[in-house]
Amino acid sequence: MKLTLKIWRQKNFDTKGSIVNYEIDNISPDMSFLEMLDVLNADLILRDEDPVSFDHDCREGICGSCSLFINGQAHGPDRRITTCQLHMRKFKDGDTIYIEPFRAKAFPVIKDLVVDRSAFDRIQQSGGYISINTSGNTQDANSIPINKDDADDAFDAATCIGCGACVATCKNSSAMLFVGAKVSQYSLLPQGQTEASRRVTNMVNQMDLEGFGNCSNTGACEVECPKGISLDNIARMNRELIRASINK
Amino acid sequence: MTKKKLTYSLNYRRPKSEYNSSDELMICIRYYHKCSKTNKTKIIKKSTGVKCRLEDWNSDWHKSPDRSPVKDSDPNYRKKNKLLKQKVKTFDIEELFKSVKNDSFSPYLNSKLPKGPIDRKWTNHKNTINLVSPANKRNIDVIVVGTGLAGGSACATLAELGYNVKAFCFQDSPRRAHSIAAQGGINAAKNYQGDGDSIYRLFYDTVKGGDYRSREENVYRLAEVSANIIDQCVAQGVPFARDYGGLLDNRSFGGVLVSRTFYAKGQTGQQLLLGAYSAMNRQIARGKIKMYNRHEMLDVVIVNGKARGIITRNLVNGEIERHSAHAVVLATGGYGNVFYLSTNAMGSNVTAAWKAHKRGAYFANPCFTQIHPTCIPVSGDHQSKLTLMSESLRNDGRIWVPKNIKDVEDIRSGKLKPTEIKEEDRDYFLERRYPAFGNLVPRDVASRAAKERCDAGYGVNKTGEAVYLDFASSITRYGKEQALVNGQDDNNLEIVERLGKEIIKKKYGNLFQMYEKIVDQNPYETPMMIYPAVHYTMGGIWVDYNLMTTIPGLYAIGEANFSDHGANRLGASALMQGLADGYFVLPYTIGDYLSDEISTGPIANDSEEFITAEREAKEKLDTLINNNGSKSVDYFHKKLGKIMWNKCGMARNKMDLESAIEEISKLRKEFWKDVKVPGDQNEFNEELAKAGRVADFLELGELFAKDALEREESCGGHFREEYQTKEGEATRKKEFQFVSAWEYVGEPKNAILHKEKLEYENIEVKERSYK
Repeated sequence: MKLTLKIWRQKNFDTKGSIVNYEIDNISPDMSFLEMLDVLNADLILRDEDPVSFDHDCREGICGSCSLFINGQAHGPDRRITTCQLHMRKFKDGDTIYIEPFRAKAFPVIKDLVVDRSAFDRIQQSGGYISINTSGNTQDANSIPINKDDADDAFDAATCIGCGACVATCKNSSAMLFVGAKVSQYSLLPQGQTEASRRVTNMVNQMDLEGFGNCSNTGACEVECPKGISLDNIARMNRELIRASINK
Repeated sequence: MTKKKLTYSLNYRRPKSEYNSSDELMICIRYYHKCSKTNKTKIIKKSTGVKCRLEDWNSDWHKSPDRSPVKDSDPNYRKKNKLLKQKVKTFDIEELFKSVKNDSFSPYLNSKLPKGPIDRKWTNHKNTINLVSPANKRNIDVIVVGTGLAGGSACATLAELGYNVKAFCFQDSPRRAHSIAAQGGINAAKNYQGDGDSIYRLFYDTVKGGDYRSREENVYRLAEVSANIIDQCVAQGVPFARDYGGLLDNRSFGGVLVSRTFYAKGQTGQQLLLGAYSAMNRQIARGKIKMYNRHEMLDVVIVNGKARGIITRNLVNGEIERHSAHAVVLATGGYGNVFYLSTNAMGSNVTAAWKAHKRGAYFANPCFTQIHPTCIPVSGDHQSKLTLMSESLRNDGRIWVPKNIKDVEDIRSGKLKPTEIKEEDRDYFLERRYPAFGNLVPRDVASRAAKERCDAGYGVNKTGEAVYLDFASSITRYGKEQALVNGQDDNNLEIVERLGKEIIKKKYGNLFQMYEKIVDQNPYETPMMIYPAVHYTMGGIWVDYNLMTTIPGLYAIGEANFSDHGANRLGASALMQGLADGYFVLPYTIGDYLSDEISTGPIANDSEEFITAEREAKEKLDTLINNNGSKSVDYFHKKLGKIMWNKCGMARNKMDLESAIEEISKLRKEFWKDVKVPGDQNEFNEELAKAGRVADFLELGELFAKDALEREESCGGHFREEYQTKEGEATRKKEFQFVSAWEYVGEPKNAILHKEKLEYENIEVKERSYK
């Protein structure tokens, strides 16, 4: 396959970036998208040019590092996958591909396609946990039976990989799907009830502080989410928030 | 005491090629001790306190008339040579032997095993080790490098106890450490299924599964705390799979006969890591953990023989930083990426562990590597990494290749589909060879069996390196069961198939989806293709019962250490070990060491040792940046990977290993001469980070091959072709019932071997049979 790549290059946060064109040849349809970029970088290095920086680590769709906006879509054209799981067979010979970073006010660009998503960490630090110390004599795990449906829903919410596709996709750069997923996981479990009010209030406050936008229910985040996190989680978070404000 | 022989040598801390002629090195006296029992020679080194520049060193000193090692180009050569001669004269071997026995740097490894019956050892140990009072913990700093399951859980627990923790990870968030990719589950001796499980059985299975090359005491402790892990994780809100009664569900894994594996679909590692990450977040918010994301450790700093800090590089702006603490914990994972292609993450590396090794930590059993049987086969030269398909799939999938070579050829040329091959023409080779355990034999056994079939020409993909993993019979079995539950016709194939697929989807949905995306085939309709790939390293930094390395104050936990899995790890035990070390072992054992540090006060990070280590790290990066070679880092990494896979892979032999050592050493020289690293040091530069990691892999690889060469037996993941039975099963040898712990002395191939004898008092050492 022969492709034209239009890639966002930006030296660092303080420098202005721009789209740069690259031609690339001999791409096999069995390659993953990131392997295609590896080929480009190998080329650039030998030509004494700066290789394109992008975040990636596990390359099996679970660590949430990779964060490319491909042809206007977070993680590219395929559904329910991360960029590292996207394969070149989804493109045609001669295609032009635009590659940009996940853009949001709360995700400043570090270099090229690498963005700083530590805002997500700070939201979690504001309350995304159950306050329990490590000890060898916590109560027996089976002394807390949990309805299977609730456990499954909590699991589905917990599978969020924190990649930020929802934010990049949202026209408001909202992080509601991400925060909603975390709030939901705990609010569905009996262990999370004690701190429920404080958790949702703090996390939502921190989310606003970080500069994420609000939700206007377009549902684009759910469509682009590689793990298929449901919009229900946002509704659940809003319910929790209202409940918390009443219970105050 | 036998024959005595003393020589001078220079104490290289790095490969010779990395030194300039103006560098100053310590001169040592070497003593060659020939042991009368084993007839093997052991080198003992003693520093003389005299240094000289490389250009002033006379390597042919024994040929010079007055046997002087320092040339007259050194301004103080007379004084130095005189001093050296005096040192030789007064060299007291008896005293040296006495002193090394009490010294933790000694050639005698003291694993500090507690006394008493096995089931009381950990309790007794906890009751007798020293503690640090809560008031004093506030004044003690601990550095933790790596934030996977082991590091993350250790950070959280240490901070809860009151220590000041500084945590480091190279990823952009601790939540992305590679523990996140673990799929199948976590073992625990809960016996919720009532199938006869117990602490002893988990202990027994782990020691046996590790082919009797792990330390009994550590494994028993692991089994003991395993149940606490599940309690802890559930309390944290980890959503494990449950049955309709609301209680926790279990599945079965390879190498055992009970169901003790807890799981969260195929994402158990993710859920457990997010649990540890949430516990960390709570402490970060309290200010008890200071988190350093996107930081890579470049060296460990030793002050007066104790680990007192690390040198790091900020990967965003390239800044080199000095961080000090009272103790350093390495939780930096395994070194599977020495093979280039593995299931490890792209960034997983050995640098932290290797730097510790070069500073004096012994490296144990480097050749014990796990090759996982169920990975997606390699598709071409462009491949950057391999993807694992959880071992849990072997619960319901049956592994086979065609019986007739004709069918194999037709499949490869596309004339025949696997589903068209009749039942009687299929060779379910694991069920055939190992009727008792069938498809659930341990990983090493399953991998070798697949390789054996593929080597014999029965591989089913284009390259001949794949076997089938087939779910058709499970789909039918589950479908029939569900049809009966629903009151539907269990003879209606269409209904049965639909229901069966739904159940398989519930159990393994994400794995099937992952497979389909990568291979572009639907595994519900056609069998999966799988092939073994490097997955986990049982070897690692040598640690004692307290998880301390041979450097006082330096600890290693999780995959980074060597202690619990012997020569082969059982499925779902890596998560167990990581969390056991981090939540329940290290936080207590580290107190024993730190109790002596309560009046030390803050550790300065501007001492000479810190400044030297920082300078050395910077110089190394400068060398890489300014090298201006002609080949990329990946070129060397791929080449190293090929050598490792072909010569140190699933089957090894003397000739290959010897040539691997030579080839790796040659490749390393070429790397330093010809590697090309673009960009600058003071910026986000992934190639530079990669270059540093590959440089260390190029040294580790050599030690790996050396270890494999010296271990003249087959056990677990280490299979030497010379040592096998007629049926191709591994032949373990009694005289190799020890841990190989290697001491760094310069070139990796010259490393000195120290042995820790393994005693089995609670388990009879038997032939490991899964037939």
